[in-house]
Order: sequence, then structure tokens, then C-alpha cells
Amino acid sequence: MLANKNPTKTDLSYKGKKALLEMIMPKLLLIVSLLSIITTVGIVIILLTESYGFFKAVSIVEFLTNPKWTPMFSSQNFGVMPLVAGTMMIAIGASVVAVPLGLGSAIYLSEYAPSRVRSIVKPMLEILAGIPTIVYGFFALSVVTPFLKTIFPELTLFNALSASIVVGIMILPMVSSMSEDAMSSVPNNIRNAAYALGSTKLEVAVKVVFPSALSGIIASVVLAISRAIGETMIVTLAAGSLPNLDFNYLQSIQTMTAYIVQISKGDTPHGSIEYLTIFAVGLALFVITFVMNILAKYISGRFKEGYQ
Amino acid sequence: MISREALELRVKRRKLKNRIFHSVFFLSAFFGIAVLFVLLYDVVQMSMGWLNWNFISSFDSRKYEEAGMLAGIVGSLYLIGIAAPLSFILGVATAIYLEEYAKPNRLNWIIQANISNLAGIPSIVYGLLGLAIFVRYLGFDRSVLSGALTLTLLILPVIIVASQEAIKAVPNSLRSASFALGAGKWTTVFRIVIPSSLPGMLTGSILGVSRALGETAPIIIIGAVAYTAKLPTSIFDSFTAMPIQIYNWTGLPKEEFRHVASAGIVVLMFILLSINALAIIMRNKYSKKF
Repeated sequence: MLANKNPTKTDLSYKGKKALLEMIMPKLLLIVSLLSIITTVGIVIILLTESYGFFKAVSIVEFLTNPKWTPMFSSQNFGVMPLVAGTMMIAIGASVVAVPLGLGSAIYLSEYAPSRVRSIVKPMLEILAGIPTIVYGFFALSVVTPFLKTIFPELTLFNALSASIVVGIMILPMVSSMSEDAMSSVPNNIRNAAYALGSTKLEVAVKVVFPSALSGIIASVVLAISRAIGETMIVTLAAGSLPNLDFNYLQSIQTMTAYIVQISKGDTPHGSIEYLTIFAVGLALFVITFVMNILAKYISGRFKEGYQ
Repeated sequence: MISREALELRVKRRKLKNRIFHSVFFLSAFFGIAVLFVLLYDVVQMSMGWLNWNFISSFDSRKYEEAGMLAGIVGSLYLIGIAAPLSFILGVATAIYLEEYAKPNRLNWIIQANISNLAGIPSIVYGLLGLAIFVRYLGFDRSVLSGALTLTLLILPVIIVASQEAIKAVPNSLRSASFALGAGKWTTVFRIVIPSSLPGMLTGSILGVSRALGETAPIIIIGAVAYTAKLPTSIFDSFTAMPIQIYNWTGLPKEEFRHVASAGIVVLMFILLSINALAIIMRNKYSKKF
């Protein structure tokens, strides 16, 4: 063997090794790929089993209908509604900021912007998208809340308004870039046909490109709202920790995610009912975001217009 | 018939409307950029006088003048040191399987659909997974290892998708040439596909790693400590990380800690932006045109 360093056809061990690799690698790679499925299954099993312990002590009916969430008080109430309401307030407030601005900037980048401007603006929006949410949370407390206080003097230090605006800024690049992708994929001959009929850029953008790209645009909005629902650090820092059903943006609220953080920071003993609540809330959060992600996928697939 | 004047007026109006909306769209595109600059300005301005060598080289303290970020920086390096290679290997392997080997059957469709689903799960849910599996079930406790494994699962979908894109960009003619020379499937993947798509894979992984560096929620859930005066010496030690320290300082009542937090943010953002710049440079330098 030593004499024959260069493998030839007769070198069986070399060939054998190769053949073995060719046989083993696909299976090995498949096993690694299954890790992603195991992760999903793991998440579902963990959330279900730990929540099962919670629902043995608290009925699902109480969880869904009790209007109070006070697990840390001596008179414990386990109604998830106030947390869901807080989360929805943030999601709605964030959409009010992100949807118009995101769509406006997508139309600008896809239809109006000269390529030089595009090549500057797009990377900037990418940087915005890459800023950690903890930094946004700091920004909400140190800039946005003091600024809002000058407009609404009755604003409390922790409030839903500031948090929703900043969550809106966080999801803005997502709406913008995904909608822009959808609009850019509308073929140019459709635009040119509209221009040939004497349309202005605005008319082409709003009446031709926008409807053609609608499925992608709606999908981007749904995904962005789903991201806002799962957002944690901004709401933990800026929105406070007072679960309630008042729907007052000027006051403190608590979201599902912020509650999970609040409990995780403390010394809640493993296995106690307070410890189990974070998995029940996590399950609710998972179900909501999962449904929204599937919905986004369905919309973008179902209503996609085919172009030849 | 409309008169000529009426027609001209209408055209004028339409053109004016176009110009107005041009500005509206322009402003909405620049809103994000304006916010970016306000944010960076605020953070940098607040950190002035607080960010110095002492801040980087000393441990945290209950006195704001002495608070430092050493434990967070080292903790984050530990996390990344484990999560980056692990998620790269697992992510690239999955991408190779899906792009090169997977036949279009039900199992492979499920794997692919599941990956895009995983990317949409909130990071805090990964924290709950890590808490139940790594911290409790496998008994790694609130250690560096638990944190790193949780982050690995979190950034895996990002790396898989980026690597898939990189592999897709390798033209089939290269594969065919390799097969024509008698190479097997794996030899072709190992000698042709992986080297050609490596820059794209690395770029995607670097972006995944920068996401992991800034993640706060999942490692709060698995129990990173807010305050520590020692560095981890093994992967089974407790730890803190840069975003955890920033979160902790931001929440403290004393106003001065806001400045400490902003100094921490400048350090974190500097590291993140350097990493992203590296990714962009690599993409431009090594990306091959086929």
C-alpha cells in the first residue's frame, strides 16, 4: 500500500472508503436535517406537558374568561385576557406606525427611487432591522417616552404608546423590504402598458403595481404583526408590568412576553403554579404566532398572480 | 366632449398629485433612517465620558462609577464560541441535504416547510424550550452551555436558509463536469459545491451570529445572571452576557445607570456593526459570478 500513494482502479481500500462515504453521507445529512423537526416537536411537547400541569390546577375556561391576571397576589387570578389585550394593543399600535410608513417606503424604493438612492437607503434599513431589540427598548425609555410626555402630560413612565411606536419602528424594515420585493417582482411590461396609456407614476404604483403585489404585501404585514406579538424586550422595558383590560395607551400594561420575562427574572421555584404559568402563556403565544405565520404563507401562496 | 382647458387642468392635477405623493413616499422611506440616526446619536451622546477602558476591563458594580462590562463581553464570547461553529455545521449540513440530496417527497417537504415555520417562532419561546430541555431535563443548569445551545437552535433556520441560497447559486454545469470526471455525489458536494458556496454560507452565518449576540429574551428565560463578579471557567458555569447587562442597567432606578447602559450599547453595537461590515466585505470580495 505504501508504495502506491496515488489511488488507482486496483486500490480497493481507497475505492471502498469512497463508496462508504457516498453511502453514509446522505443518511448522516438527513439525520442532521431532522433536528429542525425535532426542535418544533420539542417546543410543542414542552409547552403542552408543562401547560398540562398548569391546567390541572386552573381550568381552561378560567384561563380564557377570567378578566384578571394576578398570579403573584395572595388572591390568585389566572385569566390570560389582560395579557392578550396588552399584546394586541402593542400589535395594533405598531401596525398603525409600520404599515403606512413601510408601504410608503416600499413604493418609494420600488417605483420612484433612482438606483443610487436605493443603494443607500436599503442598507440603512437593513442596519435598522439588525439593531437588537434591547437597544430599541432603551431608545423607547430614553427618547420616545420623554418626547411623548411633552405632548401627553398625563402619560405614565411605563406606557403602551411609547412601546407600540418603537415596536412599529422595529418591524418597519420588515414590512418595507418584503413589500418592496413583492412590488419589484411585478413585471415591467405591465407598468409600461400603463405608462403608454398616459398614467403618472403614482397611478401606476397605486392602481397597477400595488394590486398586483397585494398578496405579498398582505403576507408581509401579517408576518410583521406576528413579529410584534412575539417582541419581548421593548415591551418589557417600556410598557410596564400592569396587566389590565382598560385599553388605555397612556398607561402601563403587560404583554404575554413581558410577563414571561418578569417571572423568569424572579426566584420562582421550579414546579410551582407561578412557574407553570409561563408555559401556559408561552403556549398561547406560540399558537397565536403560529396561526399568523401559516396565514401569511397561505395568503402569499393562494393569491399569487402568475405572470408569463 | 371635455374642453381642452378642462383636460389640461385634469392632467395638471394628476401631475401635482404625483409630485405630492412622491414626497410623501420619500419621507416615509427616510423616516426609518432619521430614527436610526436619532437612536445612534442619543446612545453615543449619553455614553460620552462613561465609555472608557475601565468600563470594558472591570466587573459590574452596584456603584455606577465602577460598573463595567467585562463579564458580559466574555460571557457573550463564550456563547458565540459554542453557538457559531455548532450552528454553522448543523445549518450547512441541513442545507446540503435539502439542496443536493432531498427528493421531492412528503418528508422533505415537511422539513423545508418546518424550517420557515421555525424562523417565525418568537425567540422567547426558544427560551422556554431551552429552560425545559437544557436547563432542567438534561441538567446543564443555568450554564453557558444551556445558553449557547438555545441560541444555536434559534439561529439555525437563518443559517440554513442562507446556505440554501448559496448552494442554489452554484451552476449545474460545475456538478455535471465533476460527474463526467467520474466523481461520486459526495465527492462532488465536498470538492465542488461546498467550496463554491462557502462565501455565501459564511456571510449568512455571520448575520445569524450577530443576531445571537443581541438576543436578550431567551437567555433571560434560561437564567443568565444579571450581576456577577467572576468569569466562567468552564461551559457549565453560570454567566452573564452583554444584552443582559444592558437590560439590567436600563432597569435600575438611578439615572446614572442609564449612561452606563448607553456605554454598554455602544460596545455591543460596535461589535455588531463590525461583524456586519465583515460579512458585507466578504460577500463583495469572495462572491463568485458564474
